[in-house]
Amino acid sequence: MKLTLKVWRQNGPNDKGNLETHQVEASEHMSFLEMMDVLNENLISEKKTPVAFEHDCREGICGTCNMVINGRPHGPQKGTTVCQLHMRAFKDGDTIVVEPWRASAFPVIKDLVVDRSPFDRIIQAGGYISVNTGQAQDANAIPIEKDLASQAFDAATCIGCGACVAACPNGSAMLFTSAKVAHLNMLPQGEVESSKRVLNMVNQMDEEGFGMCSNVGACEAECPKEISITNIALMNREYLTASLASNTTT
Amino acid sequence: MSWFSKFLGSSIGRKLLMSLTGLFLISFLPVHLAGNLQLLAGDGGEAFNTYAEFMTTNPLIKFISYGLYFFILLHTFLGVRIWLRNRSAKGSKYAVSSTGTSSFSSRNMAWLGIIIFAFLVLHLYQFWLKMKMGVLEKVNVAGLDEPVNNLYAPVEAAFTDPIYVIIYVIAMIVIGFHLWHGFQSSFQTLGLNHKKYTPVIKGLGAIYSIVVPLGFIVIPIVFYLRHAM
Ligand code: HEM
Ligand code: SF4
Ligand code: FES
Repeated sequence: MKLTLKVWRQNGPNDKGNLETHQVEASEHMSFLEMMDVLNENLISEKKTPVAFEHDCREGICGTCNMVINGRPHGPQKGTTVCQLHMRAFKDGDTIVVEPWRASAFPVIKDLVVDRSPFDRIIQAGGYISVNTGQAQDANAIPIEKDLASQAFDAATCIGCGACVAACPNGSAMLFTSAKVAHLNMLPQGEVESSKRVLNMVNQMDEEGFGMCSNVGACEAECPKEISITNIALMNREYLTASLASNTTT
Repeated sequence: MSWFSKFLGSSIGRKLLMSLTGLFLISFLPVHLAGNLQLLAGDGGEAFNTYAEFMTTNPLIKFISYGLYFFILLHTFLGVRIWLRNRSAKGSKYAVSSTGTSSFSSRNMAWLGIIIFAFLVLHLYQFWLKMKMGVLEKVNVAGLDEPVNNLYAPVEAAFTDPIYVIIYVIAMIVIGFHLWHGFQSSFQTLGLNHKKYTPVIKGLGAIYSIVVPLGFIVIPIVFYLRHAM
């Protein structure tokens, strides 16, 4: 299939950047990243600089393959990362516009690569359990209701890709932060530090300059792991009770 | 910084104030509508003027109305600040943007709000200010010894002016759109998302945001048609 690609090129955070047009021959069995590899091989053979983009696992678990494809973070297919998106989702002759995540807290490093270290700092602020858990537990040593375990697991599937921030017109990181808070605060091991966790993580999220949640819901629609905004309500609840009712002041 | 100001200044704290002030305004609109519907009584304004007199002299209502002015201003001030901060948090725009994954209302809350605010300024100038300044003529109503302000007169004048009727109808539609998203959003902001109740809240929000603005719209239309015929 013949495609026209319009790819965002930007040399650094302070460069203005622009869309660059290229023609690519791809097969519909290729993943989107493989198609990008073809583009880069062409560029290299023309002695041009290849397009910088992040990728690692190529199986939908690392959360690095971040691109906005025709205006949609991770492209048109629901619940799918770019590496798992195949070219059969497009038609011969299509023009595809590829842009980086856009949010002030995620400055472009180069081309399609953005700096997502704000997410690392949000995790450092409370996305962990500080008790010594010792050896791996016997599976049923701590009884947890199945529904609760499933909910916590669903929240835990967040891969920290940042598509939620990219999709949000406010550049808000509430879906990501709430997935991490929900995952840990719902389980008995995490519950011990729940107040401190939610206060610190929300505080860090605000400090990083993310926007506020207007409950628009674009995050949930674009999230490759289909994290639900019910997690945001849960985080709001946890934050309100931790702020107003707990003894924790941080 | 005290824990409390830190809480109110946080993103979730600010949204909490937005939600609570919004819900207060939501609870006010049906009361306002019930009062206004008396305009349709067809008694030359007697019922409406009696009601207006009560609303401006009863101490409890007066107290609540100061709260109302304050909450409108707070909701507007915070809304604009949140909007500006969110715009700078987004920074640049996409060359191609997709809008299919969210509602028109949710993406345009601030614009809808600014239009509502502009209408409120006009609305208060036209009716409320005249009432407060005591420039209205006095009329006698049954059951009261003293003559009362004839608020019905400027309302009738406005509602028979096609320009004002159009402005009024548009403003009510804008409020409808604001609440189409705002009603259910305020519950989500409070953390009230529940498998059993959220569908009910969403349903009520949809009904409210159509029925209440429609109720307001009916009044000037009836006045205008009565006048034109
Ligand atoms: C009849 C008057 C109004 C009512 C009943 C009303 C109601 C609401 C409600 C219920 C919300 C949802 C709050 C939440 O998501 O937690 C909201 C949000 C909002 N309102 Fe209003 N509002 C009114 C007037 C205004 C005005 C005059 C402005 C002026 C700018 C405004 C600006 C906003 C903005 C920007 C939001 C979105 C906040 C966000 O989610 O980020 N509203 N409103
Ligand atoms: S919530 Fe979804 S979109 Fe956001 S970082 Fe996690 S996996 Fe990515
Ligand atoms: S490359 Fe790891 S999720 Fe796509």
